[in-house]
This record gives sequence, C-alpha cells and structure tokens, in this order.
Amino acid sequence: MKIIVAIKQVPDRDAQLRIDSSSKWIEESDLQFALNESDAYALEEALQLKEKDGGEVVVLSCGPERIGQTIREALAKGADRAISIACDDLGSRDALGVARLLAAAIKTESPDLVLTGLQSEDLGLGQTGVILAELLDLPHASLILHVEKTEAGLTVKRELEEGWFQEIQLPLPAVLTIQSGGNKLRYATLMGIKRAKLKEVRQLAAADLGANAAPVVVLDRVALPQKQKSTQILPGTAKQAAAALVEKLKFEVRVL
Amino acid sequence: MSKILVVLEAGRARISSEALAAAQVLAGLTGLPVESATVGNAQVFAEASGQPIAGAYAIQHPLLEKYTSDGYVLAFEQLIRKLDPAYIVFPHTYQSRDYVPRLATRFGQVLVSDITGIEAGPTFVRQLFQGKMTGAYSHPGSGPCFLSVQAGAFRAAEGQAGQTTIEAFTPEITPAQIRTRPGEPFRGSAQTVDLGSAQLIVSVGRGIKEADNLPLVQDLATALGAELAASRPICDNGWLPMERQVGSSGQTVAPKLYLAVGISGAIQHLVGMKGSQCIVAINKDPDAPIFEVADYGIVGDLFEVVPALTEAIKAAKA
Repeated sequence: MKIIVAIKQVPDRDAQLRIDSSSKWIEESDLQFALNESDAYALEEALQLKEKDGGEVVVLSCGPERIGQTIREALAKGADRAISIACDDLGSRDALGVARLLAAAIKTESPDLVLTGLQSEDLGLGQTGVILAELLDLPHASLILHVEKTEAGLTVKRELEEGWFQEIQLPLPAVLTIQSGGNKLRYATLMGIKRAKLKEVRQLAAADLGANAAPVVVLDRVALPQKQKSTQILPGTAKQAAAALVEKLKFEVRVL
Repeated sequence: MSKILVVLEAGRARISSEALAAAQVLAGLTGLPVESATVGNAQVFAEASGQPIAGAYAIQHPLLEKYTSDGYVLAFEQLIRKLDPAYIVFPHTYQSRDYVPRLATRFGQVLVSDITGIEAGPTFVRQLFQGKMTGAYSHPGSGPCFLSVQAGAFRAAEGQAGQTTIEAFTPEITPAQIRTRPGEPFRGSAQTVDLGSAQLIVSVGRGIKEADNLPLVQDLATALGAELAASRPICDNGWLPMERQVGSSGQTVAPKLYLAVGISGAIQHLVGMKGSQCIVAINKDPDAPIFEVADYGIVGDLFEVVPALTEAIKAAKA
C-alpha cells in the first residue's frame, strides 16, 4: 500500500506560551516545536502496516520553514520520503483552507490510504482528516486504534466513548484519523537519522496548489482562560504545603 | 436563513440538552427561533427536556439504523437544504466529530468545534493548546454556521419541554452510497475497577515522567485509601490499564476528593472529573489548566511534594 501520513508541527507541550502583540496568536519566536502526538501514532501505524504488507510511507506537512525539522524526524523514524508545502500564513487559513492544500498535494500521489492524527495539540479542532476525506471523495473512519489490511480493504478498530469500541470495514482508498495509544511509538535510530538526510523531500508552494479561498471561520482573539473556581494555592516548601493540605483534607474536605 | 437548528443525539440526552441550551443562548443573541432534529427515535425530544422547541424533525430511513458517516452526511445535507438554517448546533460527541466536519465541508463551511461559550457578535469561544488558552471565533462568511458544543459547558434548563409536533423527514439514500460497514459496539475488557463509585481518587498524569516512578503515587493512594486513576497518556503508554483512565474516552468520576498529580488538565480529562466535590492539583506549572478547576493547589515538583504528602497523611492517620 502507498500510505500518506499528514503530520503537523505544534508547540512543544511543555513550552511556556505567551500571547503575541496582535492578541490573535501566540509568540512563536522562541518556542520549541515538536511532532503532534496523535500524528506520531498515525506515522507509527503507517510504518507497521508497511512492515507487514509492504508498500511506501510518504509524510506530508504544511507550514513555515521550521517544519523541515519535524519532517526529518519522521523520515528518521522510517518514512520513505516526504512532501513539504511551504506556507507562511497557516494561521490565517481555517481548517478547510489547510485541508485544501493537503488534498491538492495528496491528489498528485493517488495513495491507497491517508492517515492523520485525530487532532492537533494546538488548535485541537480534530477535523483535518475528516475534511480531507470529503475533499478527496473517499470513505473515512475516525478515532482509529488499529488497522488491518483485508482482501476487500480494511478492518479498523474505532474507539467509542466510555470504554466502548467498534470494528468498521471500509474499502480502499480511504482516510483514517488515528487515536493515540494504539501502538507503542518507536524512536529514531542513529542509522535512521543518517539515512533521513538522503531521503527525498518534495517541496511545494502553497500558491502553486491553487487553494486560496477566503476563510469562512476566523480566530479573532486568543486569551488566557478564566478560572472557573478560585483555587487556594498552598504555599511554602513541599513539606509545608503537604502539611497545609492534610489540614484541609482533615477539617474542610473531611476525608481523613 | 431564519432559524437555528439543534441536532439531538439519541441515547445522549444530557449533552443533547446542553446543545439545546447553547442554541437558546444563540437565540437570545440573534432573535432566531430554535428548531430541532434527530435521527430515528424521537424519544430524545422528550428526554432532552427543559426548552420549548418550535419544530422538531425525526429523520427516518432504514439505512440510518446503524450510524455511518456517509449516511448521516447525506441525511443532514438534505434536511439542511430543506430548512436553510442560519446556525446548526450539535453536541460534541465521538459521533458528531466523525461526520459533522464532512457535512460542513459539503456546504463549503467549517465546523467551529467543541465550543464552551457564546458571546455577543456572535462570538464562539473554545479552548486552544489543550486548555492553556482560549480562542474567540467568528463566522464572517455567508451560508450556514456549524457549531458543536462541549460537554458540561452549557447548563440545561430544568422542567418539561414545550409541546411540539414531530415531523418525519425521509431523506433519499441508496445502499451504494454507504461505503463503510460498522460492527456492533463492544467493551474493551472486563471492567474490574469501578472508579465511578470511588469516594477518593488519586490520579496521575504525564508529570510522573516514567513508569518506574508510579509507586510514588501508588503509595500516596494507599496511604489515603484511594483508588489510583490516570490521564490518557499514562494508559496510552501502557503504564496503567485503560480501565483506570479518567476522561472523555475513559470513565467519568465524581468522588469526594480527586487528587490530580502531574496532570495538566486538557479538556478531555476535565470533562471526566470536574464534577468531583473537591479537586486538589499538584503541578509544577502554575498556568496548568487543572488549576482552573482545582479547589486547592500545590505548585511544585511532584517528586518532592508527593512523598511529603504521603508521610503527612500517614502521620495524620496514625
């Protein structure tokens, strides 16, 4: 199978975020970035499918120059080649606008399977894969933990709420959004990192993909969340704070 | 373009009621009437009570008996073209996440997903960066605006629904248009831990760093006489079994005490535990979203705070 994995570079989850001067996004200048977690699971699923059934794994990403680092990481883990869409105005595109760019690039490859993580850790819209399926006119399944190739296509395990699951059969080509936790993630080996440097990264420009419709939904403002409760912070050293908490648990919460 | 359509999900009365409550907030801002629709069983109109509804549509078709994204997209596409609503409000569930982005795309629209607030404008508020920030979205374009409502964000009104006549709507769907074949839902494994009935829960998150550090938190739970639970990444890594996971994909809990250790508090976790009577958070990041719902907080290194707390609890119980 030829598998395309759409991946996103997002701010590292431990990064301290600050709102930028426009209040429309965060200050990106001194941030660390990383591969979006559920996309890492999508990549892992693709690599395992390739190891079992053969084929090719192509990673696809879209964004400013810094995404090159995340793409190299995916190649080092074992993807065969990559497509990088240069796009400096990702933030001014809505989910449909970004999916249109990805879909235009995917169409040039005619893959058997398109995988992506179920949602990004920055915007968290959880829609790119499902929108891609519609733009490519392919069947899809979302929140997938396990993929198995069958004669007729695929059998996938879908996560439902509150500990329930479901199997779905679907024909190929198809689009799947991958939930985290289905596999154990691999690390890049030293050899993998060396090899990645020689692998092909096809460079595309957003302007060339002809997907420049005005956004229908706009993120106008970013803010710090408002507290729902007034949290009483217990100060002091670890020992002092622990003692203060025990007092609270004893006399206020009454669980000791 | 003169109404708000709220979609109720069968078997999900509570979050459907909250979607209805959100639609009423939107109605208050826009002056538009609220109508509702559901697939199949019209029972949900009665269950999702509390708000009068102008019109109700029960979408009926043999091919919709089992949920498929293809079937639901076709059905709602036809209903929306018939009713021409300005806003369509969905509960944010695993089901709506699966088909509504596709449905919106069919109208050249983008779903504003899992909103937690509606303000004048209208402006739609939702979380960004796993709850570390919020974003305010607007829909300046023409055409219907698709929204989904996060669980627990809007308060469903008390009381009975107003009298409404339910109109059947039969979409045109052919078997060949349904490309996926869904199986029956099943439980992952036998549940041996019932976190739902636990009075005290100590829950551990990514801050614990390694599986080898888990005994630290287990000791705290034992000292307290609490059940041990975890956020999703801990179970994803296989460090604790899935049945100990709290959150939208795990169990929903409401104990007397929920002590969150090294959990940042992404919304998927918060929806599973924010009904707890008392929430205590131990986290090194003072801006972690868990502190937005915590009653008591300790900002510090859990590797220092947790052993100190375990000792203090043992001493208090001795």
